[in-house]
Amino acid sequence: MSMHRIVLTALFLLAGTAVALAASEADYKAAYAAADAANKEAGALRNQWTTTASMLAASKKAADAGDFDKAVDAAREAEELAKASIYQAKSEKELWKDMEIR
Amino acid sequence: MMTLRAAIRFGFSALALAALAVSLPALAADKIDPVADAKAFKKFFYEKFPKLKPEDFVNGPYSMDEGLHKQWVEKEEFPPYEFAVDLGKEMFTKPFKNGKTYEDCFPNKGIGIRQNYPLFDEKQGKVVTLELALNQCREANGEAPYNYVRDEMAALTAYMAFTSRGKPMDIKIPDDPRALEAYQMGKEYFYTRRGQLNFACSTCHVQSPGERVRTEVLAPALGIMNAMPIYRSEWNSMGTTSRRFVTCNSQTRGVPLTPQDDEYRNVEYYLSYVANGLPISGPGARP
Repeated sequence: MSMHRIVLTALFLLAGTAVALAASEADYKAAYAAADAANKEAGALRNQWTTTASMLAASKKAADAGDFDKAVDAAREAEELAKASIYQAKSEKELWKDMEIR
Repeated sequence: MMTLRAAIRFGFSALALAALAVSLPALAADKIDPVADAKAFKKFFYEKFPKLKPEDFVNGPYSMDEGLHKQWVEKEEFPPYEFAVDLGKEMFTKPFKNGKTYEDCFPNKGIGIRQNYPLFDEKQGKVVTLELALNQCREANGEAPYNYVRDEMAALTAYMAFTSRGKPMDIKIPDDPRALEAYQMGKEYFYTRRGQLNFACSTCHVQSPGERVRTEVLAPALGIMNAMPIYRSEWNSMGTTSRRFVTCNSQTRGVPLTPQDDEYRNVEYYLSYVANGLPISGPGARP
């Protein structure tokens, strides 16, 4: 195998992974739906975070601009934030008592 | 054989007794006791700030040190809330389209009654704050309700507070399990951490009164409702209790609830009850 060939093969391989890594609109829609569902659950617990809403908005904005990589990243972050707010709301059901002046 | 069975039985009864003994104090600790709560609440703040007189707490950050107290005395000479009181007075007596006024909705024509709010309305089965009562009055007389965080509501409550200045807060919890539950829910809200910053109301107003958050001096939770509504230099305008709760929530990166939602009315009920006996100082001015 000539040096030439090796470089070419490597380039093709790299291009292949890049295509595999780039997020599609479907990926964005799935990630956004998951984040939105988690945020709604936080809403039912009366404990949404403003940062979750900002990340959801950022995700939508990136998707509208066609940048689905960015949109998926933001949606995933929104989902993590929403999950943290759900955890907080649930654990505080008991933990608030530790703060009470008695 | 009999002895073994007897021993086992004895063992079980001993276990059951032990379990009972453990659960009894737990039950006692969970009992809702507003009188004991208010006593402990006041004791906490009186011990934390031994130099303050009880009635000083209602001046919020201005009670926290001598320099701030001087600022407050000077501010009171030309108080920034004066316009709101004048406007509120004018609005209060001006007839609605049907000829009635706010005076017709309240006991004693609405004068000197601010210390009784929020109250638990057994008919409605919920806590009714002064702000809610004012909008209910408007709606009962065919007028559109005011926005809870804006100037009109602040002006009306400022005037009503002004006519009640010096009167001791006098919140009642009627003998109704729903009232006790509302009180308890308010207490839970006050101590519950929320928002991405993981702050409860108590994080600032119990653990850190007198400390600074950036340039602001945090007010003690004791008597914090007595000064409402407030003129805030930071806002450059008057703010209602609703406005205060909503901004507190967003400052901790929590999405605020809707003004006058159950949680907000209940926490106002709790905070006002534990300040019973302290004078109304509203409308207040804050940095």
